[in-house]
Amino acid sequence: MEAAALLELKGVTKRFGGVAALNGVSATVAKGEILGVIGPNGAGKTTLLNCVSGVYKPDAGDIKWQGQSITGLAPHRVARLGIGRTFQIVKPFGSMSVRENAAVGALFGSGEARRGPKEAFKDADRVLEVVGLRAKADLPVTSLTIPDRKRLEVARAVATQPKLLLLDEVMAGLNSVEVDEALDMVRAVHATGVTVVLIEHVMRVIVGVCTRAIVLDFGQVLAEGEPEVVLRDERVIQAYLGERYAKRLKG
Amino acid sequence: MQNGSKAEPLLQVRGLTAGFGAGPVLFGIDLEIGQGELIAIVGANGAGKSTTLGTLSGLVAATSGSVTFSGRDVTNARPEAIVKAGIAHVPQGRRLFGTVSVEKNLRLGAYVRRDREIDADLARVLDYFPALKDKLTREAGTLSGGEQQMVAVGRGLMAKPKLLMVDELSLGLAPKVVDRLIDVMKEINAAGTALLLVEQDVLVALDVADRAYVLENGRIVLSGKASELKDDPGVRKAYLGL
Repeated sequence: MEAAALLELKGVTKRFGGVAALNGVSATVAKGEILGVIGPNGAGKTTLLNCVSGVYKPDAGDIKWQGQSITGLAPHRVARLGIGRTFQIVKPFGSMSVRENAAVGALFGSGEARRGPKEAFKDADRVLEVVGLRAKADLPVTSLTIPDRKRLEVARAVATQPKLLLLDEVMAGLNSVEVDEALDMVRAVHATGVTVVLIEHVMRVIVGVCTRAIVLDFGQVLAEGEPEVVLRDERVIQAYLGERYAKRLKG
Repeated sequence: MQNGSKAEPLLQVRGLTAGFGAGPVLFGIDLEIGQGELIAIVGANGAGKSTTLGTLSGLVAATSGSVTFSGRDVTNARPEAIVKAGIAHVPQGRRLFGTVSVEKNLRLGAYVRRDREIDADLARVLDYFPALKDKLTREAGTLSGGEQQMVAVGRGLMAKPKLLMVDELSLGLAPKVVDRLIDVMKEINAAGTALLLVEQDVLVALDVADRAYVLENGRIVLSGKASELKDDPGVRKAYLGL
């Protein structure tokens, strides 16, 4: 497992003003896993994704992708290396169809994935099939419900043909049944050989699909391990889950 | 009226139809909220939950049907008149003024009020949410998601509503924070304010509510005591994934 680390973070620190949003975070992501990142609001989860995807430049520390440092690379260069991501607030191109939106990902994707328009549309259809939006490919994005917009956000990222996909709360605002459908989507993407890191507050997701979980608190790693074990950790209950939720998980 | 007489509900909605350019989203909604009740609306994304709240707030035009609040017809009244009548709306995604201080965001909730109890109500809001006390001068956009939701609920309370409508209290929040906010919802309700919660976490909603309505494709398909809906096989399958 250790030899196959796709992504390696060492002492990654990011400050905003006087506040360290990330304070020396070290972690690895192994090829083929689905890693869940959880923790209180403001713990640094999205900042972590932003550092990896090049949106932010860390103030200290190093980020290695397949053994090579990518610290401080621009976002489009990180994407071309094979790291795809979604954003919490989805922003599809409003005047375009679902298929056209997905095709944008294929047009501007990772090194091997960059396509001419014709192939990009073919890729878009393939990706829409994976995320379950094929039947809605010709609709304007404005007609999509929230869960479908989140599916499209995933489709756009998957169309870049990433080796690693970073998902930032793609299941917030979904009810339990919609979450289960979204989990099937994550499994389908994962089954195509994509390693996944996802941020979620929905424990149904963490327990349902993640092979490992990392808990961030105040910009530091509080705990990590198998989801079932991590969610029973007393420190995690104190900082994040709360007593009522811990009881619900047990029952 | 004073003691929550069942004959005259606080809010009465009859045959409400509403929507946007593309056609109706709501097809004849009937619902009732009694004085001091805690009511939940549950349903899938796109079912019309937020549109229902928007229509009650005067943000979305009703094309037919009626909304009666405290005995007054407020159908298609202007939003500020509806706030004055006693309905406050905490919108999905908080919608705070991010570069404005927490205190100003809270005080904006009292914009339509002209009484002298605004400072006392601000103190009451801070009693509900002590975490905001030392953050009053901070820009609201710099707070954590949970704290921002506290500000959004607090801003709604500053209107001194008889009915507080909260859209997606739990959205994107850590479980422990949701717990705390749900406790505060119960406290607010116990102090006499009726609550209408639209909630994606159906289990949380049915745990806390007195009664609930299930909305599907713009129609109420089921309603009843929350405790009974929680055991309804259809609800368990369709919304709880059990």
